[in-house]
Amino acid sequence: MTEDNKSTPGEPSEAKPAATRPAGASASAPPKPSLGRAMLDGIITGNSAVVTFLAILLALVVGGVLMILADQDVLDQYKYFTAAPGDALSASWSLVSDAYSAMFKGSIMNPDLFADGSLEDNFRPISETITQATPLIFGGLAVSIAFRTGLFNIGAQGQIIAGAVFASWIGFVVDLPPVIHLVFVILAGVIGGGLYAGIAGFLKARYGAHEVIVTIMLNHIAVLLLGWLLTTDTFRRGGQSQPIGKDANDNAVLPNLFGDNLRIHFGIILALLAAGIYWWLLNRSTLGFELRAVGSNPDAARTAGMSVARAQILAMVIAGAMAGLAGVSQVMSSTNPAHTLTPSIDAGIGFDAITVALLGRTKPLGTVLAALLFGALRAGGSVMQASANVSVDIVIVIQAVIVLFVAAPPLVRSIFRLRGAREGAEGGPLAAKETVGVQA
Amino acid sequence: MTERNPEGGTQVADTVIAPHVEAPVNPTGEAADAVRAAARKKALITGIGFILVGLYALWAFGFGTSGGEDAVFGMTVPNRDTTHVGDLSLPARGVAIAMSVVCMIAGGLRIAFDRSRLATRLSIALFLIAFVIAFLVWAVAGKQMSFAGALQNTLLAAVPLVLGALAGVIGERSGVVNIAIDGQFLFGAFAAALTGSVTGSLWAGLAAGAVAGALIGALLAVFAVRYLVEQVVLGVVINLLVTGITGFLYTQLLQKDPEQYNNPGVFDNIRIPGFADIPVIGPVLFDVNVIVYLMYALIVIVHLGLFHTRWGLRARAVGEHPTAADTVGIKVNATRYRNVIMAGAIAGVGGAFLTIGTVGTFSKDMTSGAGYIALAAVIFGRWRPLGAVAAALLFGFTSALATSLQPLNTSIPSQFLQMMPYVVTIFAVAGLVGKVRAPAAANKPYTKG
Repeated sequence: MTEDNKSTPGEPSEAKPAATRPAGASASAPPKPSLGRAMLDGIITGNSAVVTFLAILLALVVGGVLMILADQDVLDQYKYFTAAPGDALSASWSLVSDAYSAMFKGSIMNPDLFADGSLEDNFRPISETITQATPLIFGGLAVSIAFRTGLFNIGAQGQIIAGAVFASWIGFVVDLPPVIHLVFVILAGVIGGGLYAGIAGFLKARYGAHEVIVTIMLNHIAVLLLGWLLTTDTFRRGGQSQPIGKDANDNAVLPNLFGDNLRIHFGIILALLAAGIYWWLLNRSTLGFELRAVGSNPDAARTAGMSVARAQILAMVIAGAMAGLAGVSQVMSSTNPAHTLTPSIDAGIGFDAITVALLGRTKPLGTVLAALLFGALRAGGSVMQASANVSVDIVIVIQAVIVLFVAAPPLVRSIFRLRGAREGAEGGPLAAKETVGVQA
Repeated sequence: MTERNPEGGTQVADTVIAPHVEAPVNPTGEAADAVRAAARKKALITGIGFILVGLYALWAFGFGTSGGEDAVFGMTVPNRDTTHVGDLSLPARGVAIAMSVVCMIAGGLRIAFDRSRLATRLSIALFLIAFVIAFLVWAVAGKQMSFAGALQNTLLAAVPLVLGALAGVIGERSGVVNIAIDGQFLFGAFAAALTGSVTGSLWAGLAAGAVAGALIGALLAVFAVRYLVEQVVLGVVINLLVTGITGFLYTQLLQKDPEQYNNPGVFDNIRIPGFADIPVIGPVLFDVNVIVYLMYALIVIVHLGLFHTRWGLRARAVGEHPTAADTVGIKVNATRYRNVIMAGAIAGVGGAFLTIGTVGTFSKDMTSGAGYIALAAVIFGRWRPLGAVAAALLFGFTSALATSLQPLNTSIPSQFLQMMPYVVTIFAVAGLVGKVRAPAAANKPYTKG
């Protein structure tokens, strides 16, 4: 592997082999070329935006291939491929295009309804996309902020559950006036998630316990604890054989933004606010500077007089607080009409959050955009399942493939024969933290 | 590459503080003193912990059991026994009290013999066994539990964990962290069920399971070694990918026509005459199917291979100090590719056991995080094959106990028993139950200048 990491303009190539964690803005930025030149270079060498776009394209292709492989009728057509290749190809095309157009209709806009549907009907796909994206934004931020501090927060799942449990408890155990109750519910979620993530942060800072292992274990513990809580009289709804929690009071619920017919709710405002806070924290605050410093080089940060332990604990607590908000949104929003705790309250968001953070390159805007993309996939996926008879699980495949391709820009470039395909890993949190090797 | 424990320092210290040694060597002596003091402190803490837990057991299990009740343990394995062994009936209160006292004695031994490694291990083992017995007689008092059945469930639960943990050990020893064990399980289970059904041959299913695991291993290796992707993140994403692919194909194919696609059957048990006649454990260990025997063989092979062959020495060199390994001509990245793919095949067999070894059908997300427990076993077993096997058996035992005790309505929720592996692992990585150290170059890709 060659070592000359030609840094692409605009996107500093952050992780050279044997280099440490990416810092946000590098101190010595290369002289900026003109905008036109940068765009041209970007397309030729494949910078991060282009690579992301191509990765999404490739993932959709992979998804399409998988759809064809799993469809018995279409596969039967391929038995006569030599005799009538057109039939097989057109059958494949209609299968895949039906699925993806259903996905488009479910997530962005339904052209069939454009002329005579109501405003609500036309806005519904976007509303669904945003609704699905809301918890993903919180989760993605939770993973991102830990990443920036050099920690892998695999524990969003457990933190979401902790936040949901706290929020749900405050939601049904007290009776407070409107607004105030919601504020307390949100605080409870923040505290629940923060405390739970704090365990991992504390064990990392105090005992050096690897946060990946600890957070994974805490995920399983949270799932089991939730299962147990739902058998106790405190949480379980009476007269039910199913393990379902008690209903929250009406005042504890995140209100819908545009009435009962659209599911978009107040959570998205909170999510955008959280993204803004994350941006401010990281780029404008002293604490954020410390977090990034610890993330880039803990030894240097320690030498500079910063407390690495404090930064690690705080980063995890903040991350957990963000994840706790995802828990609030899971229990107290329109996606959960009864506003109760259930055994699968996390709905897999904890792991999706990791892909969101990776695709968003742990940046605030990136995380929001990535969450919107995956929210669109989820929203479109359920419509696709209903109308095109293609299982919504394909969405998980597409999501994972996008992130895998984004993780390896050289792979994408070699597929599209873009220049610079033989470089090593580059950029972002996906690159290995440190490598061992002869340092040239 | 023997792991160093605090007690190991004593021998060196004794030779260092010899009469003729002069002052300049003293730092070593001081360091050894520090090590010894740390060991003594640790022994004191754990010993007191044992005694406190013993006191708790005395209060909760010993005096918490009403006198005169018997705890009955069934000693015959359901449906497959030739040697009939009578049920074991123990006076619950007496045994619980006695075992609680043994717990405290173990704590005393731990403090008294803080410098002997053997005594340390024995006292820990004594404590664990006594505590489990005290707990069991308390839980079963006045009722009946099939102990042999629990042992059998332990083995069944442990088989995939053991195979996954072996895969994890090989990967990490070679310098590649394998979080994707769960994905390898799931893909192995899926491929084994599908191939077994379509071909009608369980052997083809087993082979497919191994190949599927190896494929995931290859994916992991390519991205980790060639593209230098962060391995932890990579593993998580691969698990997600496999969840998606198997979930999708399950809904589109297997669920629609289970007769054709999800009906592989299960391997028959093979009874080894002689061994299977050993009371209680004989039928548990030696009347099992081919995958379990394969697991026995793999445990031996991986242990011997890793510590007594050239392959193992190279693998460990690549995982500890790749630059040095490269200097002496070992192809670091080729070794990593080979080992990670091989390990993937082993984990794939573990996945195959979930379908064609026990249940007989594939279901969505059927691993339910078993791969992560296998990962925990790797760490709890301190990156050694036999340690990982022991940890996997322990984890299997806790899950079997959770199953066995559920119908008895004990006051301890089954979720808390199921939680044991995870809690224990957190303690392990926090260094509270002994020092754990990962291979030095695990999760660090190697690039040549």
